[in-house]
Amino acid sequence: MDLAALTVTELREQLRSRAASPVEALDALERRIVSVDPHIRGYLHRDLEQARALAAAADVTLPLGGVPIAIKDVLNVRGQPCTCASKILRGYIAPYDATAIARLRAAGAIPFGRTNMDEFAMGSSTENSSVHPTANPWDITRIPGGSSGGSAAVVASGEAYAALGSDTGGSIRQPAALCGCAGLKPTYGRVSRFGLVAFASSLDQIGPFGKTVRDCALLLNAISGHDPQDSTSIAEPVPDFTASLDRDLAGVRLGMPREYFIEGIDPQVDSAVRQAVRHYESLGAEIVEVSLPHTDYAVAVYYILATAEASANLARFDGIRYGHRAENPSNLLDHYGRTREEGFGPEVKRRIILGTYVLSSGYYDAYYLRAQKVRTLIRRDFTRAFEKVEAIICPTSPEPAFKAGERTGDPLKMYLADIFTIATNLAGNPGISIPCGFAAIEGVQLPIGLQLIGKPFEEARLLNIAHAYEQSTDWHLRRPTLP
Amino acid sequence: MSSPALDVRYTAQLARIRLSEEEIATFQAQLDQVIEYVEKLKQVDVTGVEPTAHAIPVFNVFRSDVPRDWFDAATALANAPRQANGLFSVTKVVE
Repeated sequence: MDLAALTVTELREQLRSRAASPVEALDALERRIVSVDPHIRGYLHRDLEQARALAAAADVTLPLGGVPIAIKDVLNVRGQPCTCASKILRGYIAPYDATAIARLRAAGAIPFGRTNMDEFAMGSSTENSSVHPTANPWDITRIPGGSSGGSAAVVASGEAYAALGSDTGGSIRQPAALCGCAGLKPTYGRVSRFGLVAFASSLDQIGPFGKTVRDCALLLNAISGHDPQDSTSIAEPVPDFTASLDRDLAGVRLGMPREYFIEGIDPQVDSAVRQAVRHYESLGAEIVEVSLPHTDYAVAVYYILATAEASANLARFDGIRYGHRAENPSNLLDHYGRTREEGFGPEVKRRIILGTYVLSSGYYDAYYLRAQKVRTLIRRDFTRAFEKVEAIICPTSPEPAFKAGERTGDPLKMYLADIFTIATNLAGNPGISIPCGFAAIEGVQLPIGLQLIGKPFEEARLLNIAHAYEQSTDWHLRRPTLP
Repeated sequence: MSSPALDVRYTAQLARIRLSEEEIATFQAQLDQVIEYVEKLKQVDVTGVEPTAHAIPVFNVFRSDVPRDWFDAATALANAPRQANGLFSVTKVVE
């Protein structure tokens, strides 16, 4: 048996019954990575020796005992590099564990490998990584989505049992959709952000990628819960997210937002999602139309608020306490100016400049404050829709994976790739993407993602609804053909 | 362009990022397009609408200030680009 092909759930059975050892699970994974990652390039760094020592000492009776988990390069793992795929953090070694990592460790998991991403999580294609791009496992000439493109690609290609990512405007769900795996953005506040390098603090949330919904639930069990070190983490009770996965869907009401089924969606995506809606009806769900009237403004609100927050958060990269510093500065302004010129890539510079502008004197009310008010209206849209339904069903991305290089010169077009995921971050609700079909484009099969959006802190129900679809279809069992 | 107000050269100075002339020209064209796009928010009637700062509102969060083991000086300095005598070495501020 090839251990690397297993889900986390299946691997746990193997480990608990002692049919396989954690070291064998790690070695099988490493073999898979060595054979496949030269094509995918999903990882930035791995420390096999350290992981093997942890595997040898792993307690397999713990919920994730001995299971290696790939980590997006934006989360601090003590003793490992944490660079956000940016030149400005090249050589940075994390001096502490993020809370999500400490909790994974407490559950017995082994944080193994740093996955590629758009620099500072800014992008939708992982092409903004300063190190190298990552390929889509279904067609290596295409992008894996972003910003957590490395995490999605390594799970989809069997180079990881599961992974963590972060989602500010769709950065877990969109790459999960484009690579054909499951990816969950929990409710804002469900998972502590302590130790997550901040991009837009009012939107960022850590979440899992898995080969199945159940695996996502297992990881969510481990990382959830209030943390005194993140004042925005919420003291809501954490249920066992696997306990209600098999609940019957009879009578569940799902909402189709009319604003998400519009011109401009790829026809194969539209058709696959509508087919999924009919499938839910066959499972006993009742489908109702809902309206999210301010959907069309979400991308504009996002690119004001997220860049404003980023311009403040990234001010810490000043070349003093850590990270890159320009050589021989002539004065302090030269020190900052060149340190940041040399350290940041083009997209990060663009967003810092845009964010600085919308917060600057004279423009604050016109852009930032107005965007915050429209954010209120977007939240209200969701609150109203959820008075009628338990989950919203829609596409994750308007189209399957596009070709590498196709959009790098057109930031606005790139921003519109997140049109269906951004509003969820603005409203704070949890959202998941699961595979719901394939598009045949230029002779290749490209995964299509179904997005389900739930009520705040009702991830258990959301996962239940996603699991019911997944287990009665076989999209999640398909694997890309790799060398 | 509907909004020539975003001056990339000036704003980059505020953000403490030096840019090449080429970058200034590229970013100016790209960001003009983005600003033109976000102008659509002016169509929305926001009369009487309160701004939202956080998706899940939380206010006045406190925790007790308990000393605990955290970084020692060596750990804090481990990633410093330059250090001397157990301190961060910085660029001269006063002439």
